[in-house]
Amino acid sequence: MSTTVAVADGIFSIEDGQPKLLGSRCTNCGNHMFPRQRGCPKCMFDEQDDVELSTTGTLWTWTVQAFPPKSPPYLGPGGDDFVPYGVGYVELPGQLRVEARLTESDPEKLLIGMEMELVLDPLCIDDDGNQVVTYAFAPTQSSASEGARS
Amino acid sequence: MSNVAIVGIGMHEFGRNDGISGMDQGVVAVRRALADCGRQWSDMQFAVGGSMDGGAADTMVSRIGLTGLPFTNVVNGCATGGTALAQAVNTIESGAADVGIAIGFDKHEPGAFRIRGPRGKDWYGGSGLALTTQFFGMKITRYMHDYGISQQTLARVASKAFRNGSLNPMAWRRKPLSEQEVLDSLMLSYPLTQYMFCSPGEGGVAMIVCRADKAKEYTDRPIYLQAAAVRTRKFGSFEVLAPSIAIEHDPGPTAAASKAAFEMAGIGPEDVDVAQLQDTEAGAEIMHMAENGFCEHGEQEQMLAGGETEITGRLPVNTDGGCLANGEPIGASGLRQVYENVLQLRGDAGERQVPNHPKVAYTHVYGAPGISGVTILSR
Repeated sequence: MSTTVAVADGIFSIEDGQPKLLGSRCTNCGNHMFPRQRGCPKCMFDEQDDVELSTTGTLWTWTVQAFPPKSPPYLGPGGDDFVPYGVGYVELPGQLRVEARLTESDPEKLLIGMEMELVLDPLCIDDDGNQVVTYAFAPTQSSASEGARS
Repeated sequence: MSNVAIVGIGMHEFGRNDGISGMDQGVVAVRRALADCGRQWSDMQFAVGGSMDGGAADTMVSRIGLTGLPFTNVVNGCATGGTALAQAVNTIESGAADVGIAIGFDKHEPGAFRIRGPRGKDWYGGSGLALTTQFFGMKITRYMHDYGISQQTLARVASKAFRNGSLNPMAWRRKPLSEQEVLDSLMLSYPLTQYMFCSPGEGGVAMIVCRADKAKEYTDRPIYLQAAAVRTRKFGSFEVLAPSIAIEHDPGPTAAASKAAFEMAGIGPEDVDVAQLQDTEAGAEIMHMAENGFCEHGEQEQMLAGGETEITGRLPVNTDGGCLANGEPIGASGLRQVYENVLQLRGDAGERQVPNHPKVAYTHVYGAPGISGVTILSR
């Protein structure tokens, strides 16, 4: 049985099959950062707490990646096996906007402001037979049905 | 009056130039700039040069002449050429030299730039996120949502670029394309199609700058640098290749560089007769019109429909075809804009000459990771 592994350590955690983004929060000004970093670009203070970021938010903007990115660095399928994917920034309320793959890639179904939730997204199988995953955002069930109606 | 003048300009044709290295395209540009003002390489008191993929600029002296001059390499993303010029201007203004040369050249592999992630394991590029094309798609998607810009207007920008490029013998893409052909081309990063994007390309540009009070010794048609400003992003601006951005908003480095340049020159956007604005893709030109102060956000829809940015319009934009028709050799691109403006101000732009003897010309470059460079020239 294959094991699910994250594309890199320190970007997101996986618990019970659910991802959580690993961010930082400035202890001085409260600014949130992703990925984790030391040194706040807003207030220049250098003490930050590790925090888990919200797993839900709203779609702030988006596009669709319609051609295969160069590999390396891209780990997903290329050539004839390439599958277009959405890319967007999702606003996590009171925190920040995170760039992410989107599980939806149909321009008719992507709407600025729609509710999104964090999921795992498979990229490739590594040399040891593990399923390599990254994080992505998916429309929530209610926002997906609203998108279909509009 | 400004303290620095541009007295010689040279360019190697932009495009796909098989059989000639990026640096040799830079060397051709240098020789043409020297010929333009009737000088020798040995007359140059300093050089500033840059390239992203073409090698260290200072090594070109082994082909042009080992005169011992101080030669500074600059690498500053898409603002490399603009930064080379700004450094050359500062060198003259400081009094350290009377005359010198700014050089930019490049040669990139075809297709979108291959960008490795910012830190450690490459999760960012590995996940399929490290593409500049995605940023441009996402920035214009939000802008169209906020300010009511249509996809037809994106096509108008691209069609104008190729129409202008068809009048420019130095341009890469010289075949006019209709708005419909632009819209019908391959969708690359929604809402941007293939012909709405520029391509990484090749080319070289060089320009000779000197003390303004000595300019007439070099040419009878000097062009004066009224401003050269470079700014980087502040907290809250929305930039290319950013895994996250703040919710709070900053208007970005373009607005800051533009404001600084207008203050330096002591004029405003209404005084500009011709502008070259970074058009990595069609949406960028539209957004940069407002970020540089030439209109309010959203007014571009009517301006494009009314032909106001055509060569014969109220504010001609990207008269040489811009990045869309010339491609983007990173090191040379910002200097290409200045080269075009010098031609326009001299009245040497041929079929694409802006009418009524333009007096003030503006350039703007933008690039990763959030940097803008602006120049203002005058006759």
